[in-house]
Amino acid sequence: MSLHIDLDVLSNVLVVRLSGELDHHTAEKLKQQMEDKILKGNVQNIVLSLEHLHFMDSSGLGVILGRYKQITGRGGEMVVCSINPLIYRLFELSGLFKIIKIRENEGEALQLLGVA
Amino acid sequence: MQNQNYMRIEFSARSENEAFARVAVASFVSKLHLTLDELEEIKTAVSEAVTNAIIHGYEEKADQLVTIVTHYNDEYIEVVIEDKGIGIINVDEARQPLFTTKPELERSGMGFTIMENFMDSVEILTGANVGTRVTLRKNLVKNQALCN
Repeated sequence: MSLHIDLDVLSNVLVVRLSGELDHHTAEKLKQQMEDKILKGNVQNIVLSLEHLHFMDSSGLGVILGRYKQITGRGGEMVVCSINPLIYRLFELSGLFKIIKIRENEGEALQLLGVA
Repeated sequence: MQNQNYMRIEFSARSENEAFARVAVASFVSKLHLTLDELEEIKTAVSEAVTNAIIHGYEEKADQLVTIVTHYNDEYIEVVIEDKGIGIINVDEARQPLFTTKPELERSGMGFTIMENFMDSVEILTGANVGTRVTLRKNLVKNQALCN
């Protein structure tokens, strides 16, 4: 199984929905597609929805941290939502929770960023 | 020991084989009735070690080979991931959380930390320009006997 990436822009928020597996092999594709949107579009903030992501390893952490730095460097925010327990453990281990905001679902994440 | 089994696979150091490697190991140990969490932990740890072999050991030279030997018995599962690449210069540093030699590639530096957290033991044997062998072990809990 590979990675499927669904990108959507809601007002100034880039919503990224991932399904499948995020590892070293698929991380590059995610980086490129998100960078494209961040650099070209009028994207201020990011919501990353992991509801249908079945597998992730440290390569996934790397690409998420990379986009976090990119968007906060431009004065924006990143909210991650719908995380399964195993991926939650990876976030915990890496300390990513201390800097990235987490919400239960996409609705709550969007609300946090002021999009109804 | 009634329950002994062994397998060995060898594959090109190509990133698309990372998924194959972790699924192959998970599939091999599937008859042990591990919990879903245990199976995912093994898959993640294998993925970390194989990714290290490809990115760091072989510096993404796809014509090189990664070997995985897995065996299990009544007590534990052992997965050995081996490359014949450049080796790890400083193992203590490599094991530190968030340490990476390749920050420009957006590596998180969490590979060994994840392996150590998800498995019961992680041994690293490495030599400059000889290669690296990572031995991951997961102990099997005794209560499985109750299911038989």
